[in-house]
Amino acid sequence: MKRKLICIVCPKGCEISVEYDETTKEVLNMTGHACRRGEEYARAECIAPKRTLTTTVRIKGGGLLPVRTDKPIPRELMFECMKVINRAEAPKDAKIGDVIIPNILGTGSNIIASANA
Amino acid sequence: MSDITASKRALVIIGAGPAGMSAAVAAYDHGIRDILIIERDNAPGGILRQCIHNGFGLHTFKEELTGPEFAYRFEEQVRERGIEIKLNTMVLDITPDRMVTAINEKEGVFTIEAGAIILAMGCRERSKGALNIPGTRPAGVFTAGTAQKYVNMQGYMPGKEVVILGSGDIGLIMARRMTLEGAVVKAVCEIMPYSNGLTRNIEQCLNDFNIPPLLSHTVVKLHGRERLTGVTIAEVDAQRRPIESTKKFIQCDTLLLSVGLIPENELSKSADVVLDRMTGGAEVDEFRQTSTEGIFACGNVLHVHDLADFAADEGAIAGRAVVDYLTGNLKQQKRIRVLTDGRVRYTVPQYITSGKDVTLYYRVSNIFRNATVGIYEGERKLLERRKIKLAPGEMETITLPASLIASIVGDTIRIGLEEDK
Ligand SMILES: Cc1cc2nc3c(=O)[nH]c(=O)nc-3n(C[C@H](O)[C@H](O)[C@H](O)COP(=O)(O)OP(=O)(O)OC[C@H]3O[C@@H](n4cnc5c(N)ncnc54)[C@H](O)[C@@H]3O)c2cc1C
Ligand code: SF4
Repeated sequence: MKRKLICIVCPKGCEISVEYDETTKEVLNMTGHACRRGEEYARAECIAPKRTLTTTVRIKGGGLLPVRTDKPIPRELMFECMKVINRAEAPKDAKIGDVIIPNILGTGSNIIASANA
Repeated sequence: MSDITASKRALVIIGAGPAGMSAAVAAYDHGIRDILIIERDNAPGGILRQCIHNGFGLHTFKEELTGPEFAYRFEEQVRERGIEIKLNTMVLDITPDRMVTAINEKEGVFTIEAGAIILAMGCRERSKGALNIPGTRPAGVFTAGTAQKYVNMQGYMPGKEVVILGSGDIGLIMARRMTLEGAVVKAVCEIMPYSNGLTRNIEQCLNDFNIPPLLSHTVVKLHGRERLTGVTIAEVDAQRRPIESTKKFIQCDTLLLSVGLIPENELSKSADVVLDRMTGGAEVDEFRQTSTEGIFACGNVLHVHDLADFAADEGAIAGRAVVDYLTGNLKQQKRIRVLTDGRVRYTVPQYITSGKDVTLYYRVSNIFRNATVGIYEGERKLLERRKIKLAPGEMETITLPASLIASIVGDTIRIGLEEDK
């Protein structure tokens, strides 16, 4: 598989081309990066992209609470996580930083409040 | 019941967004205690309250926060210092001699005589009226920020099938947000041949969800009577005119406009503050003092910031300077105007008045690669910096050291940009 991506690690924004094997998760060839950090970014993006998920959860009794993952989760799990979060409810007295859903989908990442309820 | 005798305050700050709160904290920490922040909303935080996505604070706190978390840090600093915020209170008018008239439910209309004022009212979004899209005027057309408020604060989805006009960051963020909540974003049309959004947002908000960014495209017609049923889009030529043969209908029930922000300066005008046509905000010196003495400005009301961190930094500059102003220590020996060459579209500040190091914030008018940005007095070079890439969407800085400022003999300098041959 071949992919072109723009490095977002620094403002230079190098366009990096990566050729990788989807089954063995091996990078076969990479061009366009100007430094190590770019190389690492491009490798992770192709092999195991991760994202911070931010959304809202209903507060018991009404209202919305902004929440986020405390560690990035695998990108392909974003929609599954949304389903779990959309079924959940946060307590009325939730405080910024409180864990609302622990270890979501076994990712090791918690859904935490990003504001006071 | 309006109050006839005005009360007095040393410093009145209008707006409790990151810029206003950061200004209050800086003013307090430099010795002023009599500070009042006036905020029309029911909570402090400004626009950040609805920006629930991450990407804030990397510069200020060295960690990646969401908008509400970033705002909360400043809220805590304001609270720890016991600085007064009047919420649910809207400033109606300010005068050149710093009389602030405001209104709220409890006190009615009241006037405060301020020793100094800091303007921190933020900005508003350009909307459809300003755009002139022909066709019907059905429901279903929102600015991206309005949609953001609906989804993130009221839990209401504006629609199911979405087209976004403009590739500003708010539009990109909303493309992702609405997709995650189950909507289908069919296209993001950008009239320019490049996106104004941060690369990171293009990657993570569009590419992650296979949403096509259509560059050099615009919406030429709206369809639908009561509710939007679709839009006609077209590619544009180099003069940004739609090309007839490329017209295409896209079915959708929602159009989001993300076509830019304008500093909110109605109040500033009533205080005779001179505005810069390029920024839409006040003309200021390095202390962020406007053309009206004792009135300062910071954050998005001064010029649109993509990073809340920079808006807060600017608040701190204004807050500190106000203390010097109120104690008679604001030393202004000269007034050097900073001119721009057009490729550099604007700078803030526009004036340099003291002998200290001054950082100029600037934006460029196009995408430039391998360029030299320089500051000159006549033909004399003061300073040059190499840039690998410059884009209109990213604010840049260049610092003019005190020693060079001291060497300026006239009253204008020029900032310009030259691409490598
Ligand atoms: C939708 C959106 C998304 C963004 N995303 C990011 C991002 O991902 N990362 C990032 O770093 N930055 C982001 N930004 C930019 C950042 O949020 C702003 O630069 C920053 O919030 C500006 O702060 P401010 O204090 O100048 O204005 P604001 O936060 O807008 O605060 C202005 C305050 O003034 C109040 N006010 C206005 N007029 C009056 C009046 N007459 N009387 C009383 N009060 C008044 C308003 O109610 C408001 O609370 C985003 C901005 C927007 C609009
Ligand atoms: S590859 Fe290196 S130099 Fe290029 S954008 Fe990425 S971090 Fe910057």
